[in-house]
Amino acid sequence: MAFTPSKETYTGKVNSVTIGIDESTVTFGGEHVLPFHTFEGVVPHRPVIAYEIQDVPPDDWPENVQKPFETVSHDPVTWAKFCQDVLKAKIIALRLKGTHPDSKNRLPEDAAKTVKEVLSAINVPVIILGSNHTEKDASVLVAAAEAAKNKNCIIGKAQEANYKTIAAAAMANNHKLIAMSELDVNLCKQLNILITQLGFDREKLIIDPMCSALGYGLEYTYSVMERIRFAALMQNDLSMQAPMVGDIGLYVWKVKETQASETDIPQWGSIEERGITWEAVTAIALLFAGAELLIMRHPRAVDAVEKVIDEFVEG
Amino acid sequence: MALTGVEIFKLLPKTNCKKCGYPTCLAFAMKLAQGQVTIDSCPDIPEDIKQKLAETSAPPVKPIVFGVGDRAVKLGEETVLFRHEKKFVNPCVFALEIKDTLAESDIQRRIEEVLNSEIERVGQKLRIDGIALTNDSHDGGRFDAAAKIIAAKAPYVPVIFCTDNPVNAETAVKLFPDKRPIIYGANSENYESMANTAKTCKAILGVAVSSDFGRSSGGLDELATLTEKIKALGVTDIVIDSGAKKAKDILRDNTFIRRAAVKKNFKPLGYPVITFAQREDSLIEALITALGVAKYSSIIVLSSIEKWKNLALFTLRQNLYTDPQVPMQVKQNIYKIGEPTSDSPLFITTNFSLTYFIVSGEIENSKVPSYIAVMDCEGLSVLTAWAAGKFTAAKIAHFIKESGIENEVKHREIIIPGYVAILSGAIEEKLEGWKVTVGPREANGIPAFLRSRAA
Repeated sequence: MAFTPSKETYTGKVNSVTIGIDESTVTFGGEHVLPFHTFEGVVPHRPVIAYEIQDVPPDDWPENVQKPFETVSHDPVTWAKFCQDVLKAKIIALRLKGTHPDSKNRLPEDAAKTVKEVLSAINVPVIILGSNHTEKDASVLVAAAEAAKNKNCIIGKAQEANYKTIAAAAMANNHKLIAMSELDVNLCKQLNILITQLGFDREKLIIDPMCSALGYGLEYTYSVMERIRFAALMQNDLSMQAPMVGDIGLYVWKVKETQASETDIPQWGSIEERGITWEAVTAIALLFAGAELLIMRHPRAVDAVEKVIDEFVEG
Repeated sequence: MALTGVEIFKLLPKTNCKKCGYPTCLAFAMKLAQGQVTIDSCPDIPEDIKQKLAETSAPPVKPIVFGVGDRAVKLGEETVLFRHEKKFVNPCVFALEIKDTLAESDIQRRIEEVLNSEIERVGQKLRIDGIALTNDSHDGGRFDAAAKIIAAKAPYVPVIFCTDNPVNAETAVKLFPDKRPIIYGANSENYESMANTAKTCKAILGVAVSSDFGRSSGGLDELATLTEKIKALGVTDIVIDSGAKKAKDILRDNTFIRRAAVKKNFKPLGYPVITFAQREDSLIEALITALGVAKYSSIIVLSSIEKWKNLALFTLRQNLYTDPQVPMQVKQNIYKIGEPTSDSPLFITTNFSLTYFIVSGEIENSKVPSYIAVMDCEGLSVLTAWAAGKFTAAKIAHFIKESGIENEVKHREIIIPGYVAILSGAIEEKLEGWKVTVGPREANGIPAFLRSRAA
């Protein structure tokens, strides 16, 4: 019996987003098809991975993911340069963790200073992330967006409670913006619409449907991402066509599987390999679900995911 | 496509004899269309129509049982392309490759790895399900010798015999009588004799087409032709391999196969897919396996099964094969985090597995040994359970009294989720002698909460 493969027809497409300036821009998104479905349509850009760094030493990261950065992570500038020059990072994600009231409670102007220093030390595009304290982020990210004026960064994350100030700052200083909602397709759509109603260009938005780690709700993020992609591609829903980000490292490196020693749980095997695999598997699963931008920590996890992306896009 | 109730009704005897247990043939037809009964309940239907109906009402991906007894695994039966549409049915099977060129001690060691691979997670026992013995030597004697070791050491583990030599296949499979193994390696040259062997040995037949990297989807046409020829020879328990090895080709072929089966009810490709994911680099192999888990492979063959890799792959499989409509639940219990003493804090929350995981993870991060009383709320999260009247003061009080925690802790303080602060007065009223403390609204506030208590 002759077989003709049935190809899907898509009515919408994902917006492509370019960040950075001059010769060092990075573009992601732009596909007309489901993730990696190059056999039935156009996928102009590969997904990109950003290396996560933070403004304070990563004391809260498990030892095995601190190790690759142990000589550089005392200072965000050195850390950023190491990621760009040695690890060949395509994007740096600077998390202003130290501004959180439970961390160092740093002031918005301290954060702005760090942002300026990091930006002047590297060429690759930068994602500037708050500490995920909705109140504090509202002031910190405004200062950070100003400090990075016209550098075409990504500012994040705007949430229901603070999107007005953060979106306004991103708009005024020519940045892209991450809009984060909590694992719900409708909340995601609603936030995107609210932000665009402020006059923010929907083509400058990036969706964060909220990440979860393998074993800790990954299936929720996975299905929410798939459904957002469906709305974008099959239903041509303009409010859902922004590329999606997976904030992988933050969620993966706090679960038990990336921290428990082999002595404590021998049946789980090597803690180092386990942590790296946990991050890489979480990342690849979210790429299958539709993420175009990942924020990750361990260089070996990043390399493995890049290699598999190569297999999808080459030849 | 499956027939509608009315279409089925036209094929029935229309006697309304009630022998099927339904008042009319139409009622029976409707039940058939919904898949709630089988055609066998109708005693008067002619054999040819019966077969036609059985075929059209069968799941788009053929259900096959691989192996026998407790370790038997079900393959196929899938009905959708995306898990948010409906639950993925039968979790894909992981099998460890054992080459017949290995020394006997190495074969023994690898079998042991499979036998010892079981890990429990969220109440489910997860393991490497099977063994794939490959005839790398091309030698019948070596293949047979390796099969004998497996038969002796792991007689109940489902086995795939990978060889394109029908004689070698037959010799090996005969060591596993009535064990429902798979013979993998039927192709356009050998399919007649391979089908014969599968038939006489009651084995499942694995059908493969050429495995060149970067080939176009012409392979699926060849595959469909082959399965039809094999079916004509009387073998219908088939697993298929398009030969795809590279990530891009696996995704394309598996997508086309699943679409053909589910959307077009195209029977020649309506069989479980077997994927060979072996790579030099074990981490890359894990990621290729993840692709198979997410994208429609029913069997995945691995070259190594390190514990850390198994844990990640088992967890991914468990995550993606859960029913999206039924929340995962944790058993009602008092759980210990770290090694709590009679002075340690006691938290209470609901038994939605995600809630439990996040709360226990944050307590663990805070390094303060604690108790968590996890209450059965049918898998709902805190706010939902409260709104649904399942997480109420009376029920909490009853659970705490029955749980026996009063014998474990000296204090009488219970920490409730911030979202249900409203319950604190009522709980104190119903749970005599206890003090209620309102904890943070979100679990990520727990470390700071515990720190401030210690200060």
